[in-house]
Amino acid sequence: MLRKRIVIALVALIVCPTLMFAAGTVSGKVTFTGTPVKPKPIDMSKEPSCAKEHATPVTTETVVTGPNNALENVVVYISAGANDEGQVPPQAVTFEQKGCQYLPHVLVMHTNQELKVVNDDQTSHNIHPLAKVNREWNKSQPPGTPPISEKYEKAEFISVKCNVHPWMHGWFAVLNTSHYDVSKGDGGFKLPNLPPGKYTITAWHEDYGTQTADVTITGNETKDVDFTFKAKAY
Amino acid sequence: MAKLFAVTIVVIAILSAIPIVMNYWGPPEDISTHGHGIDEQLKDTMWEAGISFLASQLILAAFIWQYSGRAKGAQLKTFPGGAKGLVVAAFVLVGTEILALGVIGQKAWAAVYFAPPNANAMTIQAQAGQFAFYFRYPGPDGKFGTPHADKIDEGNQNFFGLDPENDVDARDDIVSGELAVPVNKPISMLMHSKDVGHSFYVRELRLQQDFVPGLDLTVHFTATKVGKYEIVCTQLCGLGHYNMKAYLNVLSQDDFDKWMKDKASQ
Repeated sequence: MLRKRIVIALVALIVCPTLMFAAGTVSGKVTFTGTPVKPKPIDMSKEPSCAKEHATPVTTETVVTGPNNALENVVVYISAGANDEGQVPPQAVTFEQKGCQYLPHVLVMHTNQELKVVNDDQTSHNIHPLAKVNREWNKSQPPGTPPISEKYEKAEFISVKCNVHPWMHGWFAVLNTSHYDVSKGDGGFKLPNLPPGKYTITAWHEDYGTQTADVTITGNETKDVDFTFKAKAY
Repeated sequence: MAKLFAVTIVVIAILSAIPIVMNYWGPPEDISTHGHGIDEQLKDTMWEAGISFLASQLILAAFIWQYSGRAKGAQLKTFPGGAKGLVVAAFVLVGTEILALGVIGQKAWAAVYFAPPNANAMTIQAQAGQFAFYFRYPGPDGKFGTPHADKIDEGNQNFFGLDPENDVDARDDIVSGELAVPVNKPISMLMHSKDVGHSFYVRELRLQQDFVPGLDLTVHFTATKVGKYEIVCTQLCGLGHYNMKAYLNVLSQDDFDKWMKDKASQ
C-alpha cells in the first residue's frame, strides 16, 4: 500500500511540473485572395527635407503584400483565454517618425504599456492618434526634442495621422495581452508560450477586416492556424 | 536743434526713396499673361505715393527750418483757412489720389476677376486642406468624379474622397501634389477648401486667391514660361501654415503629356 502511494506520488511529482510548464505555440501564415489595389506613390515635395531621404518615392502602406500572396501588417493576437491582461510589460514600445513615415506602420502594445514617439526628421511633426475609446490627443514635436511618452488604458485599434503631413498614416493596436505578432515578409506569425487551454485567435488587417479562429492547446504542441483575407479592388 | 531735425527728415526721406526708385528689391519675373497690368499698377502707386511722400517730408522739413526759432512776440503762422481748410485740402488731395489709382487700376483687377476663362481652358481642381494643396485633373473622360467628404482617406492618398468603386467618372481622375500645367495654355482652376481658410499664391503668376470654406471659387491664368514655381499658402490656417506649400510645374506640352501618362499609370 505504501509502495503504491510512493509510486503515485513520484509520478505526480514528475507529471505535474511538466504540465505546469507546458507551453504550446500557434503559428501560421496570413495570405490574401484576389487582386489588391496597387500601392500609390507618395508625393513629399512639400517637405524637401523628407523627400530627399527617399531615392524613389515611398508608396502607401494600407495593403503591403509579400511573395506567394502573403499579407503583411496583420496583427494576430489572442483575443480570449490569454489571462495576462494585468501583466503590463515594463519596457516601452517605440514609434518612429523618419523620412516623414511612421515606422513601424502598425505598432502593437499592451494596455498601459509605455509608448515612446520619436522624431528623427529635420521637420516638426504633430502626431495625432485618432482614438475613440481612449483619450484623443495630438502633440507637436519639433526636431531634436525628446521623445513623447504616453500610454493607453483601454484596448483599441487607433488610426494615427500627422497633422502637418497629410500622407503620414499608421496604426496603434492596443491589446489586453502580450500574446501577439504582426505578419511580415512571408506573412508568417508565431504565438509561443501558450499554456494549455482554449484560445480565440484574432487576425486584424486595417483594410480587409478581422477574422477569428478557435484553438485548443493541450501540451507542448504547435498548432497551425492560417488566415486568408479577400483583397478589395478599390 | 530744430534745423538739425529738419535736415534729418530730408536725409531719411531721400534714403528711403532710393531703394524704391532704383528697384533694388523688385518683384520676381512675371510669367503670366495678366501680370503686366498688376506690375504697372504697382509702379504707378509707388510713383504717386513716392512723390507725395517726398513732397510732404520736404515741405515739413522746410517749415521746421523756417519757423522753428521763435523770436519774442512773433505770431504763430496758421494754414490758410485754419483747421477746416486743412481738412478740406487733405480730403481733396488724398481723395483724388486714391480715386485716380482705383480708376487706373480697375483694368488690372478686371483682367483677373471679371474676364471669363478662355473657351479652351484646361480645368484643374485645387483643394486646400491643413496643410497641403492637392490638385485633380479630370482624366481622359474629361469628367470629374464626385467627391465625398466622408470618404476622404489621406493615409491612402484619397484626398478628394473619390469612390472609384461606384463612380465611373472618378476612376480616371488624376490627383497630384504638384500643379503641372502646359506652358501657354489657359488654365481654369476650381478652388475649394477641405477645412479652414487658405490662400493660393504664386508670385511669378501675380495671382493670389483665398480659399473660403464653403465657397467654390474659380481663377484663371496662363503661364508663359517653363519652370518650377512655389505655391505658398498666404492665409493663416493653423500650426502647419508655415510649412504649407506646393509647386507649380510649368512644362512644355510634350513634357506635360508625359507627366499625365506617368501619373495615370500610378
